[in-house]
Amino acid sequence: MMNRRTLTRSAATLALAACLPWPLAALAADEAPDALVKRLSADVLETVRSDKSIKAGDVNKIMVLVNKTILPHVNFRRMTAAAVGPAWRSATPEQQQRLQDEFKQLLVRTYSGALSEVSDQTIVVKPLRAAPGDTDVLVRTEIRGRGDPVQLDYRLEKTPGQGSGWKIYNLNVLGVWLVETYRTQFAQEINAKGIDGLIESLAARNKANAASGVAGAK
Amino acid sequence: MTTIARFSKGAARAAALVLGLALLGGCATGPNANPADPFEPYNRGMTTFNDNVDKAVLKPVATLYRDVTPQPVRTGAGNFFANLGDAWSFVNNLLQLRGREAYDSMVRLSVNSVLGLGGLLDIASEMGVERHRQDFGLTLGHWGVPTGPYLVLPLLGPSTVRDTAALSADLFVGDVVTYVSDVPWRNSLYVLRFVDKRASLLSATSVLEAAALDPYSFTRDAYLQLRAGPAVEGSDEEGGKLPEDY
Repeated sequence: MMNRRTLTRSAATLALAACLPWPLAALAADEAPDALVKRLSADVLETVRSDKSIKAGDVNKIMVLVNKTILPHVNFRRMTAAAVGPAWRSATPEQQQRLQDEFKQLLVRTYSGALSEVSDQTIVVKPLRAAPGDTDVLVRTEIRGRGDPVQLDYRLEKTPGQGSGWKIYNLNVLGVWLVETYRTQFAQEINAKGIDGLIESLAARNKANAASGVAGAK
Repeated sequence: MTTIARFSKGAARAAALVLGLALLGGCATGPNANPADPFEPYNRGMTTFNDNVDKAVLKPVATLYRDVTPQPVRTGAGNFFANLGDAWSFVNNLLQLRGREAYDSMVRLSVNSVLGLGGLLDIASEMGVERHRQDFGLTLGHWGVPTGPYLVLPLLGPSTVRDTAALSADLFVGDVVTYVSDVPWRNSLYVLRFVDKRASLLSATSVLEAAALDPYSFTRDAYLQLRAGPAVEGSDEEGGKLPEDY
């Protein structure tokens, strides 16, 4: 009797000891990439759903939300550099900054336009297939609502250093990678009009979008 | 657009003609020629034509349809045609020896046809049985046929040489609607499907307009990725990887 109790107790202690360091370690380390994507998606969907002016199609309000919630977790420099391609290296730091800013504005508006369509959708994050030590992973999600589920995948990189977390650097919508899709268009502009030409085209596109409120407007 | 079937015969013929002309005339060459798009001048012309038809007819009709029909009706119509599509997906999954996907397609088709009131309700999705959309072009791709150059078809829009060749199988063998013997009914179904499809894409096209610098190459690059994508499985996990920096 005594023996059994001691055994149970020591087993319990052992189990507790085995468990205990884990949650602590998890707290100290970075949030897992799939957990991050899940949290961000849930946050944004929740806000979009509960905010009346967003529901009414106020794209500017969604842009503020996206800027605040999602952008801190996106590596825009890497995205822009890859979309611009080899010409990135020959661009001056000012040109690089402007490219980043204009591209960011374009994507945020597009993304916000798509978000304004959200109603009763839910996000399902699929199981991560990456190995524990990976620093570059693919997180697959699916938006389920009316009609066919919408595939939305994210590529994330682990930023060096403890606590700086994961950053999104490419996005796949319905099987199409975003950066790849912009690459040819950017190359076209650069071949025809140079880096400044590309910056101008992006700025013109953004201005036109802001004026007409195309994305999100019904 | 009376019937897609009749029209597509014409389309295939026109495409063959244009293809021949493009080949004769020497491919589009220039400093910016895209190797995946040797017919770019023709393709751009056809895209402009399609856009004009869309602006003048298809988009207004689809917008009207969206505004006058209640959402449940549109969902029902979409489900109905998607259910018919599952039959052809089943065949193509089978042809690609995708057992799991073929099984899912068959389950979807039978569950939705019987319990889902002939496909109006998508019960299978509620049950968690996924749709695995396939067509004959993807089947050809599965067995090693490359997509070939990008090709914009009249009214049907983006395609590739391979997918255009596969289109007759999709339209005359795989499309359940062609087996409807009553002509007015069949034509009505064609029109309804076309309008329903366009209506479901209304918000997508407005997003595209806002996102693209050059809508033509944006659509092309997205389409080519999409058509090459599902055929190359396994390389999935590496998809979208970018160089660290330039």
